[in-house]
Parts: sequence; structure tokens; C-alpha cells
Amino acid sequence: MKSNEPQPKILVFSTNSISDPGIDLAGSAHMHYSTEVQVIPLPCSSGVKPSWIIHAIKQGFDGVFVAGCGGDCSFLADCTPRTSALIKQAQDLMKENDISPKRLKMSGLCSVCADNFVAHMNAFQKDLIKLEEK
Amino acid sequence: MAIGRKIGVFICHCGGNISDYVDVKAVAEAVANEPGVVVSKNHMFTCSDAAQQEMIDDIQGLELDGLVIASCSPKLHMFTFRDMAERGGINKYQYVHVNLREQCSWAHTNDKTGATEKGIALVRAGIAKASLSVPLTALRVDTIPKVLVIGAGISGLRGALALSDMGLSVFIAEKEKDAGGTVKNWGRMAPDDQHGSEIVKNLLDEVKRRDNIMLYTDAEMIAKSGYIGDFKVTLRVGEHDSVELQVGAMLIATGFDSYEPQQGEFGYGLDGVVTLPQFRDFADQQDGELTYNGKPVKNVAFVYCVGSRQKKTEACPEPNQYCSRYCCNAGTHMAVCLEDRPGDLNQYHLYRDIRTYGHNETIYEEARTRGAVFMRYQDTEAPTVADTADGLVVTVKDQLMGGEEVEIQADLVVLITGMVPKKNETLMNLLKLPVSKDGFLNELHIKLRPVETVIDGVFLAGSAQSPKTMAESVGASLAAVSKAGGLLMKGFVDLEPLIARVDTDKCLWCDECLKACPYGAIEKIHHGEKEVAFVVKSLCKGEGACVPICPHDALDVEGYTDQQITAMIDACSKEVVPA
Repeated sequence: MKSNEPQPKILVFSTNSISDPGIDLAGSAHMHYSTEVQVIPLPCSSGVKPSWIIHAIKQGFDGVFVAGCGGDCSFLADCTPRTSALIKQAQDLMKENDISPKRLKMSGLCSVCADNFVAHMNAFQKDLIKLEEK
Repeated sequence: MAIGRKIGVFICHCGGNISDYVDVKAVAEAVANEPGVVVSKNHMFTCSDAAQQEMIDDIQGLELDGLVIASCSPKLHMFTFRDMAERGGINKYQYVHVNLREQCSWAHTNDKTGATEKGIALVRAGIAKASLSVPLTALRVDTIPKVLVIGAGISGLRGALALSDMGLSVFIAEKEKDAGGTVKNWGRMAPDDQHGSEIVKNLLDEVKRRDNIMLYTDAEMIAKSGYIGDFKVTLRVGEHDSVELQVGAMLIATGFDSYEPQQGEFGYGLDGVVTLPQFRDFADQQDGELTYNGKPVKNVAFVYCVGSRQKKTEACPEPNQYCSRYCCNAGTHMAVCLEDRPGDLNQYHLYRDIRTYGHNETIYEEARTRGAVFMRYQDTEAPTVADTADGLVVTVKDQLMGGEEVEIQADLVVLITGMVPKKNETLMNLLKLPVSKDGFLNELHIKLRPVETVIDGVFLAGSAQSPKTMAESVGASLAAVSKAGGLLMKGFVDLEPLIARVDTDKCLWCDECLKACPYGAIEKIHHGEKEVAFVVKSLCKGEGACVPICPHDALDVEGYTDQQITAMIDACSKEVVPA
């Protein structure tokens, strides 16, 4: 019963030991979200290169969501400010490339944040649809 | 990119867990012609012995040099398939795991077409990653069969004995002049009435009997280098001496500090208002009727949750939001101890919620039935303590009596204070262990790796990690012992090679990566004519914080290289044309 309406495509960068298990949990609980959401896991959100975000948008993703380690990061006590700084840098780069910075979102997602993840995906897709309508 | 590669792709049905919601045959067919793919198959259960043998046959028969398995979450079977790849004769880091169950079939049970298309995209991304994979070798490090235990409280002493039982040499470093930790002078303790002083004495006597345990008191770590299996540590011992140690692992058994109330908090600072540890200091030394400053004590009021479960207010900008776990047990047990004394002492226990979980509930019940009065206060209407002409007066609105205001004249007010993180600045700066929001040391995974830390070879042993009872602290310590023992008795450790690497052609040494790395894993070296960054393999954690920081794109994390991630993005953004 795939919906005929095209849905915004979202690329998620998750982190192996924190947010990726949270996304797993959403699946384990059979919580539905769009099949247009795809996940690439990384060791830690402090390692996301802004150029990857730009590349993903240019390749046809409508939005990129960085599911950061947040305060649970097992590598860095200051993972969140580091990731935030990268997001800021990426948004500046997006503006330079005529891409709306609203196509990038970041949130800390813990290893049991299944509800949060699904809520983020649904909300982000709605935002991206609004962005298309403008 | 995939020129000359021979990649095998295996898509799992997982019984029906995947194939009920994803057309796994269509996925296998759709990726069969991806560059580099020489075989693309389905298996009912890829994790089964039979399927693993068939895959090994394919690895060997087709001389595969890359492997993609799309099945359940990598948390379940990544290591299974890494081992299988190795048995088949392929480097295990040339295997890529695709999460087709938790992140595809199970999340999209309502949309088989969509899930199948997503599955194809995910597997394509896996193939793209595998095509750029290179063989990697784990770094094998010999381990030193010696352990440093930091802290000679109950957890540290018990842990040291268990390590010694395994035949490992143990050094204990205790900052105080006397070993024994918080409870060394305490009397009866919950739940079994053993005296803290006795437990400590027995442990210390045994430690002193062991040839393979060395206890340093008035000793503090002042330098640390090295890595899992081979740490070099300098201890300051006494005022002038120092010792150099070489150990394979460390146990952090530094314990906790008791919360010190602010002046005026529940009357703290007034004569007769004391914390529970201060109360124990004099009460545990007395037999018979309880006295304070030479006068008999007739009325005692206990206030629970002091310094725990705090809310953020102007007066308390950095609240301890956690429950300290042990205090309800300690308070109710103290009630029973006081009932056991001669004399007609009245005791009033002002609590928010009583959390005497498990077996301790019987202690709470005994306290109530034997005469201790329990009154419940709301956190929004905390009791007040006033110094009046008639002595200390505690005023509380007792929720059990419909919020009626009660005044208690007390000879003593005992504040049942919680645990706060131990202040250990030097040690924390040396170990670089992350702390949680509440300031206690962070474990690697709260459920699955509860005593390991982000620093391999450093384990948490007790209440340095979070508030714990004595039994829980010893449990944690023995868990840490088994992790350290498991590590050191093998004699060597293999370090994950998925760590940073430097492209020396691109690197122009600007020290940004050095500043970004919290592990001291970056060093400056000479490379031909120029200076470049060098990654110390045994120290790099592979989190990749240095990668986006590098202004010259000279850094990559193995397994997550710029090329690989870019190729994965390309692969999964490619349009999927349904068959």
C-alpha cells in the first residue's frame, strides 16, 4: 500500500552505538515511518563532514538528518557542541550553494529514542513538503 | 571504483521477518548487476551454520574479496559474519553489514513495495562501501598481567582480592592516609547489620596477607601514558616519594562524597543539625543511651532526600536530580538501630517517598512497627528547621494527615544526605573519562557494557559511576574484575583498526586535528621534507572528530572514508526502477 504521493527523501546519519540502536528499536517495535528514510551509520556524529550533507542534497535527497550521539556519546563529553558546530558550518555551506539550510536537521537521539526518531522523521517530512510548496 | 572487485551479496529472509515485508528475491536480482558483484543470493537464515558454510564455499570458490550481508541489525550478527568471513579466508573488514530487518522490513510492515525499493537502495550502498574496502589488520598488543586499583574502599579492596585470586598482580592506590574508604569507621550497616569497620578490617587483613597485592596509601596518580594492556603510571606516594608502575588495566574505585548541605539548608549550621555521616561519626562510637554533647537525646528528626532529587531553583542552580539509592535503606536501618538502644527515644522520619527496594522493605517495616514515626512531606513544601528558645523545632506538613502542620521539638536533626561525585580533579584530568550529566563517571553502555569506559582497559568499580549500595558497589567491582581478568589473562589484545589515517600528500600540519583529538592520538612527525600528522594507532578511538575539522581533507576513518560515504550516498540516491 505504498502511497502514490511522492514523499521527501531523507538521509539520516546515525551513530553506531547511540542513535543507530534507537532507530533499530523503532523497527523492532514495528513503528512505521516513511520508506524514503535511509540511514548511513557512522562511529560518532562529531565525524560528519559538511561536504557529505551537500553531496546528499545534490544527489537528490530532500533533507539530511544528523541523529547525534547527544549527551550519551561514549567518545566525547562535548559531542553535542562539536556536532552543532559542524551543522552550523554545513548550513553556511548550504546557503553558499543555494540550498535552504532548513533541509538539514540535527538532534541528539539516544539508544532507546524510538518514538523520538519516528516523530522527527514525520515532522521533518512535513517541513520538507512545506519547503517544496513555497 | 569496483574494477576487478569480486563481491558476494547475500540477502537473508530471516524466516519471514524480512521476506514477509521485503521482496528479498527482487532485492537480490536488482543488485546482481551492480559493479563488482559476482554473486547475489538469498538464504533463509544467513546466520545458520548451513548458510554460513555455503557462503564460505562461495567466498573460496569465487575468490571473493568483498562481502555484503543484508540481514538483521549489525548489533546482533556483525561479529558472527566477521568471524565467518575470516574462516572463509577473506579479511573481516572487507565485510559490510546491511541492516535490512530493524531498519527496513520491521519499520515498513505496511509498505512492501516501498520497503523493497528501500532495501535495494540500502544493499547498493553496502556494495558501494564494500567495493572500496581494504584489508585491515587489528593491532595486536601484549598485555601486562598487572592491575592498578584506584581507591581502597570496600569496592577497591574486594576487587583487588578477586584480581589476586586470578593470579594477577595488583597495586592499590589510596589517596587518604588510611585505607578503608567511607565506611571504615561505621558501625551496623544495612541490610545485614555487619559493621562497616569489621568488613574493612577483614578485607585489609586479607590484602596484607597477599604477596601479589601492594597497597599504597597517601598516594595519587600524577602521570599516565600508554594504552590498554600496557599503561605506564606514576604515583605520588607520601610527600616526597613516587613510584612508576606498568599495568595492563585499571579499576576506578574512587567511591563518592557525601552531599554537604548549604548553610541554612534544613537548618544546617545550627547546633544539633547534622548529616547522617556526621551522626554516625559519634552515634556509632556510643553504646547504650544516645547522647549528643554529653546530654541524652530524647527526640530525633530525620529528613530524607537531602541533596538528592533536587529541582532547579534560584537557590539551587545545579540540582542533583538523581535519587541516591542508598539513603532510604540507611535511614530506615538507622531507625531500627536506634530502637535497639535502651532509653525512650522518639524518632520522626520526614520523607518524600520511601525507596527501600527489594529485601530492604522488611527493614522499613520493622522500623515502623517498632515505633519510628514516618511523615511524608511534599517537595514543594519541604520541612523547615528553626532554632527557638525551646531548642530546635522542625515544622512539616504531613501528607499522611491531610497536609496538617506538625511541629517537632528535636534534640537532633539528622539530614539524610545523598551521594555526590567524588572530587578528583587531578585523576580526572589524567584519565580523561567522560562524566554524565550528574557528574558521575560514565560507563560505555548503560545496559550492555556497564563497567567499561571509553578508555579501553579502564573499568568502573563501584559508586564512582553512580550512587550504589555497598552490595551493588561490590557487584560492579567484581564485574570490572572479570572484564580486566578476561582481558589480561589472554595475554594479548586486538585493537579495532577502524581508526583515523592521514593522507600525507594532503596534510600540511596545521595542528587542527591535534586540538580536536581528546585522546592525544595525534602527533607531529617529519615525513620527507615536511611535517605531517601521525595517528598513534593504540590511542585513536576512531570516532572521527578530527575528520571534518581538517582544512585539507587529509584525514579519514577506515571503514568510513570520504570516498566510501560519498559512494554510499550516490548508491542509495540512485533511482530504483521496480522490476
